[in-house]
Amino acid sequence: MPTARGPLSEAVGAHLLGTGPLPSPEAVAAAPVYGDDLQLALYQCYELHYRGFAGVRPDLEWDPGLLGVRAGLERRFLSALRADTPVHDSVADAVGALLVEPVHGEGVSHFLRDEGEWWQLREYAAQRSLYHLKEADPHAWVLPRLWGRAKAAMAAVEFDEYGGGRADRVHARLFADLMTDLDLDAAYGAHLDAASAECLATVNMMSLFGLHRSLRGALVGHFAAVEITSSPGSRRLAEAMRRTGAGPAAEHFYDEHVEADAVHEQIVRHEVIDGLLEQEPHLAADVVFGIDATGYLEERLGTRLLADWRAGRSSLRTPLPATHRVREEIPHTS
Amino acid sequence: MPNSPSETPRPPDAPRRIKVQRRGPLLVEGPVEVELEDGTTVSSDRFRVALCTCRRSRRYPWCDTSHRARSSGPGDGPAAEN
Repeated sequence: MPTARGPLSEAVGAHLLGTGPLPSPEAVAAAPVYGDDLQLALYQCYELHYRGFAGVRPDLEWDPGLLGVRAGLERRFLSALRADTPVHDSVADAVGALLVEPVHGEGVSHFLRDEGEWWQLREYAAQRSLYHLKEADPHAWVLPRLWGRAKAAMAAVEFDEYGGGRADRVHARLFADLMTDLDLDAAYGAHLDAASAECLATVNMMSLFGLHRSLRGALVGHFAAVEITSSPGSRRLAEAMRRTGAGPAAEHFYDEHVEADAVHEQIVRHEVIDGLLEQEPHLAADVVFGIDATGYLEERLGTRLLADWRAGRSSLRTPLPATHRVREEIPHTS
Repeated sequence: MPNSPSETPRPPDAPRRIKVQRRGPLLVEGPVEVELEDGTTVSSDRFRVALCTCRRSRRYPWCDTSHRARSSGPGDGPAAEN
C-alpha cells in the first residue's frame, strides 16, 4: 500500500486494509483536484482493477462503498478536465495539430535528448513506470465497447503492444528491461510513492476513460494522441539513451516505439477513429476531448519535470536508491 | 449489429493490399521482407508495416514519421511515449 499523501488516500488505504472508514463526501469535495491526495486516492481505487495491492482482498474491486467514493473522485476529476482542457473545434483539427513537429521543440524529450543527465533519465523512467509497466492495459478495456473496423484495428494494435504473442516482446517487459539498464527497481508498483501528482493524473485519466463505456470516445482520442506523438518523442528519448550510454535494452525500448508507433498512428487514425465515428458520429466531441485532455495533462507533467530539473531539484517525492553503475565512462555534453 | 459488406474478410488467395497515401508511408500487411538497393534484406513480422516513401526516415525502409510537416513553434507533442 502506498504511503498516504493526505486524508483521502489515508482513508482509502485504511479501508482497503480493513482498518478504518472510507472518506466522507465532504472530504472528497474539499481536496484539490489535481493534488497529491486526491490523485493518489483515485489511483488506489483504480489499481484494484489491475494488479491490486499486497494484503488487500481482491474482491474489494467491487466493494459498493469504495465504488461510491471512486465515483465521487471521478466526478471531480472529470469535471475539472472538461472545464480546464482547451479543445479543438473538430477531430481533424485536433489530429492535425499533433501531426506537425516543431523545429525547435522545448518539451521533456527534447530536454533529455539535448542535456538530460543520468539522474534525470532515471527519474523520468521511474515516473513513467507507473504507466509503462501496465502499458496498453487501460486501453484494452475499450475493446468490448467497439465494433467492426474500429474493434479489429484496436485489437491489432493492442496485440502489437503485447508483443505479438511473445512474452519477451511485451512492451511492459521491454520497459522493465530498460529499468534494469538504468539500475532501477523494475518491480510493478515500486515507484508509486515516488511519482508526482502530475504523473498520477496522466495514468488516472487512462483508467477513467478505459473503465467507462460512456467515455469510449475519449479513450480512443487519448490513445490516438499517445500513438501519434510517440514516434518522434521516442526517437529523441532513444537518442538520450544512446548519448548517455544507458544500455541496449534502454535504447531498444524507444527504438521499438519509433517504428511500432509510426504504424500504430496510421491504424488508429484511419481505422480506429474513422471506424468509430462512422458508426457513432455523435462521439466526435469526446474524441476531441480525449486528444486534448491528454495534451493538457502531459503539458502539466512536462512543465513540472522541467521546472524541477532546471532548478537542480529531484522531480520525485522519495529519492531513488543510489545507482551502483559506474558512469565515469560516459562523456558529458554541453 | 452486423458488419457491413465492405468488411467481409478477403479470401486467403486475394492479392495483398497495399495502402498508398499522398503524404505518408505505404502500409503493407506484414510480415514483409524488403530488399534494399545494396542487395541486403531487412524483415519485419509486425501485423502491418509502414514503409517510408519520403526517404527522410532515419530507420529506412521503415517509416519514422519524418514526413511530417514542421513548425517553428516550441512543443513536445503532448503525449506519453507509448
